[in-house]
Amino acid sequence: MKKFLAVLMMVLVISPVKAEIEILITEGRDDARPIAIVPFAFEAAGVIAAPPFDFAKIIADDLARSGKFKPTAIADLPQNPSSVEQVDLNLWKTLGVDAVVYGLVKEKSPGVYQVSYDLLDPYNDKAIFDSQIEEGSYALVTQSQHLMLLKDKIVGQDNYRWNAHIAADEIYEALTGERGAFATQIAYVEVDRSQQNPYQLFVSDSDGFGAQRIFSSRMPIMSPAWSPNGQQLAYVTFENGRSEIVRQDLAKAQRDVLASFKGFNSAPTWSPDGSKMAMVLSKDGNPEIYLMDLATEQLTRLTRHYAIDTEPSWSPDGKSIVFTSDRGGRPQIYRVFLGSGETKRVTFEGRYNAGAEFSPDGNSIVMVHQSSKGFHLATQDLSSGAINILTRTNLDESLSIAPNGSMIIYSTVSGRQKVLSTISMDGRFGMPIPSTTGEVKAPAWSPFLN
Amino acid sequence: MKHLTKLAALAVFALVISACTTTKPTDTTDTGTTQSGPTAEQLAAQRAAEEARRAAAAEAARIQALLDSTTIYFGYDQDLIDSEYTEMLRLHAERMVAENRSVTLEGHADERGTPEYNLALGERRAKAVAQLLKTFGVSDSQIQVVSFGEESPAMSGHSESSWAKNRRVELNYK
Repeated sequence: MKKFLAVLMMVLVISPVKAEIEILITEGRDDARPIAIVPFAFEAAGVIAAPPFDFAKIIADDLARSGKFKPTAIADLPQNPSSVEQVDLNLWKTLGVDAVVYGLVKEKSPGVYQVSYDLLDPYNDKAIFDSQIEEGSYALVTQSQHLMLLKDKIVGQDNYRWNAHIAADEIYEALTGERGAFATQIAYVEVDRSQQNPYQLFVSDSDGFGAQRIFSSRMPIMSPAWSPNGQQLAYVTFENGRSEIVRQDLAKAQRDVLASFKGFNSAPTWSPDGSKMAMVLSKDGNPEIYLMDLATEQLTRLTRHYAIDTEPSWSPDGKSIVFTSDRGGRPQIYRVFLGSGETKRVTFEGRYNAGAEFSPDGNSIVMVHQSSKGFHLATQDLSSGAINILTRTNLDESLSIAPNGSMIIYSTVSGRQKVLSTISMDGRFGMPIPSTTGEVKAPAWSPFLN
Repeated sequence: MKHLTKLAALAVFALVISACTTTKPTDTTDTGTTQSGPTAEQLAAQRAAEEARRAAAAEAARIQALLDSTTIYFGYDQDLIDSEYTEMLRLHAERMVAENRSVTLEGHADERGTPEYNLALGERRAKAVAQLLKTFGVSDSQIQVVSFGEESPAMSGHSESSWAKNRRVELNYK
């Protein structure tokens, strides 16, 4: 320890004064709230068939992945209630958890389940007055005054996991006041060189489960982007030997080519209202940002500069776009206001800032920032200009922010493998997403889907 | 633009050097002796001829090696073509003009930084090579430029030894 301190002091003395604030905390965070998720009881109809997934475990994993909650280990639970009548408040107060979730799964017929679950605050005996729970819908016992959520749903085999994510969203919102983003999806590219079509575009649930391949190719796939209604993906494909932008409808599996101009066609991103798409085309000699009206497919050129202009990202109000340009000599982030056309430089710290995306509240951007240690994700507050480096991983790229602004998914290198990882918006909680095979990259977080 | 001016200067310099070195062969005096077997002079001439032949063969092999090599490597976040590739590209250009051949210039980047920026960087590198080929007389219609950014690395590693091999433009003849 002494040795470590000595080294640290040396570094502090030698390193030049930097305005960057580096918060690099290892996995886990001490302010995660303790919560108990009791495994749900199960009642079979006739032939005993266990439900397809462990509903309570999906909820617990979702909440843990947010970094804001620390679910109690199942072995440490003092009791296993499945209804409010069975809850012994004192046991949960002794355990010291902020909230308790329990539930019951009843098989109604093969593949159809009635899932009921409650969220309860063991300390607050007036919780029910702040909840949406209807009078008369709950058991008349003292514990019911502690209820925050009281849910009862019919769930099928096919949407069982999805409903567990919705339950996690409900619980997350009840406890934080912020909308949950677990019932969302991630689009990503997987490269598996053992396959005839190594480049594969997948869409999975936000926890990586239920991955469905929606396109595969012998040639690279880049830059998937969601439509604001969550029904379409735009991406870049090299299937014809060079980059083109296609749009694919997820339900109907229809594809159409949006941009196949001379030069390259890249970085598609929908406007928040879904009417336009910003894209980068080099058809006029060098990379410029264009806006395509999706009804008429008419193009409007947004940037005019001999430097590289790329990676457009819309502000949530649709009135401005941030983009990467090396017009100052090195890649930095600029912002163009669509009404006036005024363009100003946003980033000044660091040799390389690129791939920025607006946070959902529009107050900050997240970007790839090169520090002395490598390429990390960083946020920049748009009013103060303060930079906060979020990740300890290196070679980070292709960031995408959850629609509630709580988490960021991105591509990085772990060991010798290209993998996806998540980090909380404050950089305090990060988690790699285990990959199946091959390299995984270019993640894109869907908008809210329900 | 700066590197183009530099190149032009280099070309002029090369011309001057070659003008200087192509001096006339020195006069040899023939004594006309009638001794059997080669004279010392004849032996020297044979050796000189042999050396010249070897030098010519070595030069031909060197030129062939340059024509066989089809990859230009770049510095990090750079699109400047190192002067070591000038002759190689001039030879390729001469062949393209002489044989009216077309080429696809495939631009690539290493994995550092963002994929979309790297796609633009790959194109910029391929265009820098295209520009040089054009100054050596190749016409626009003989050149196609494609960028793959960081999507198609030559080496899969995550350190400088791989990155150096991935920042490249490949000449693919049709």
